[in-house]
Amino acid sequence: MEFIRKKIDIIRKPFNKGEKFERFAPAINAFDTFLFVPNHTTKTGSHIRDAVDLKRTMVTVIIALLPALFYGIYNTGYQYFVQTDIDFTFFDAILHGSKKILPMIAVSYAVGLLIEFIFAIYRGHEVNEGYLVTGLLIPMIMPVDIPLWMVAVSVAFAVLIAKEAFGGTGMNILNPALTARAFAFFAYPTYMSGNKVWVSEASGIDGISGETILGYLAAGSNIDYTFTEMFNGSIPGSIAETSTLWIIVGAIILVFTGVASWRIIVGGILGASLVGILFNLWGINPLMQFNWINHLVVGGFAFGIVFMATDPVSASQTQTGKWIYGFLVGVFCILIRVFNPAYPEGVMLAILLMNVFAPTIDHYVIERNIKKRRLRWESSKINLT
Amino acid sequence: MDNKSKPNLFFINKKSEPLLSKKNRALLSDPLDDNNPITVQVLGICSALAITVQLKPALVMTLSVVFVMGASNVIISILRNLIPNRIRIIVQLVVIASLVALVEQVLKAYSYDVYKELSIFIGLIITNCIVMGRLEAFALGNGVWKSFLDGIGNAAGYGIILIIVAFFRELLGSGKLLGFQIVPEFIYGMGYENNGLMLLSPMALITVGVMIWIQRSRNRKLIEEN
Repeated sequence: MEFIRKKIDIIRKPFNKGEKFERFAPAINAFDTFLFVPNHTTKTGSHIRDAVDLKRTMVTVIIALLPALFYGIYNTGYQYFVQTDIDFTFFDAILHGSKKILPMIAVSYAVGLLIEFIFAIYRGHEVNEGYLVTGLLIPMIMPVDIPLWMVAVSVAFAVLIAKEAFGGTGMNILNPALTARAFAFFAYPTYMSGNKVWVSEASGIDGISGETILGYLAAGSNIDYTFTEMFNGSIPGSIAETSTLWIIVGAIILVFTGVASWRIIVGGILGASLVGILFNLWGINPLMQFNWINHLVVGGFAFGIVFMATDPVSASQTQTGKWIYGFLVGVFCILIRVFNPAYPEGVMLAILLMNVFAPTIDHYVIERNIKKRRLRWESSKINLT
Repeated sequence: MDNKSKPNLFFINKKSEPLLSKKNRALLSDPLDDNNPITVQVLGICSALAITVQLKPALVMTLSVVFVMGASNVIISILRNLIPNRIRIIVQLVVIASLVALVEQVLKAYSYDVYKELSIFIGLIITNCIVMGRLEAFALGNGVWKSFLDGIGNAAGYGIILIIVAFFRELLGSGKLLGFQIVPEFIYGMGYENNGLMLLSPMALITVGVMIWIQRSRNRKLIEEN
């Protein structure tokens, strides 16, 4: 440890105050504080400082994302080889998937961090660590075959408009990763929906039809996947959204470490189940008849509710608010899926919508609390006299 | 200076000043930046969203608004001492409406396709908050020449935003400018795609938002204190 510390001190010497590259200090500070927790001490106010600062929190989220990501890499290769009827081993699938997905992750981090560094130097503050997670989330929710430059444009849009315009990490109203996906979804619809984008290299081969399950449903055709397949995730879809199993593993890590709010996750599942059951009872078209349990495991619902809706910045802050927020995300997700077949993926729009309403929910929760306490105080006054 | 005594039909203020004095120039230039109707006062947003998909309608709209605002400011300024205060809104509306009808007929006669494209939004110039706003705030209390400059200036400030937004939306959304292909074919061959979001109206709002962002970080006068 001592050794690494000394090495970093040598590297960062020209960036210190009064030295040549002082302007670019945020860049070196970002790496320094990533490796070592900075030894800030609190000078005023509360003197409690948790060792788990924002960077450590973000790393926890990344660890929680890894199982779903690895499965996504495997599934990319799996779908490709199964659809093209080529014999393959586990390593072939991993290799094919990595070849597709690692460049996307690299582009996402390169573009996003470049913008973050430019803003950090321009504004003279530290680099925001929020991008560590956003940069990994964005490739995970894109179709495999999206061109890399579209990833770059979406990332730039998300970081600039959804984050920096509002003041950087912790200030954003919308979830940046979902903003990137929404941007790509509306800007380049042919690359983001349909039956050719979900399996890698499908557009060149006629035999492949890699429609997602929600896409099949919206088109009114039958689904030949079993529940186990949907749960394990060996189905076409955005890179990391397919495997509910590994998303649950991530969810357990997040909830156990206290990074994500279990209230939002449970609320979302409740909301989606309730609306799903209601539609099952109504059941006038194939979309409504789709079993409510299946709704929870197909598409991006599981991924969205675990990794996107729980984003501590854009979600509700109050405990009651989190229940309401999560519940409504679930409700709107299924509503959009069923009522608007043009947008088979409802969870993206549902979460973005609720992000906008999260402060309003918080406001009314707090107002209610104030009113309740005032009533209690007034009634106690009467008792005293 | 003996031009003080010059008989002048329109100028009510006794002391006359050069036609483009510093103050008058400010009337023209202020709305372009410091006091822009769209990016600072946030007026007239609806038409900025609706007709900026292509550059040509935006240009026609700009010219129409320049004409309507210049002319209506002049007319209201001439009439300002005759209009009873209680019915001034009605008078203003009649003036604007007749000018807009004029623009509409001219467009119908000379460029029917643009007229069809703009259709309702030409008629809606009547309700454009910027036109009414300048009549109320400026023309009712100022001389003819100044009102004219103010009208032209504000219309230009409105138009310049419209044109910038339309420029980016048409270029990025359909690869064209004024209907001519700008993005060359071989770039599409390399995998470039037009940005479909640019054609949807939310992007106009975002473009205007980005312009406000850039303007405010550049122009220190606009930073609000709170």
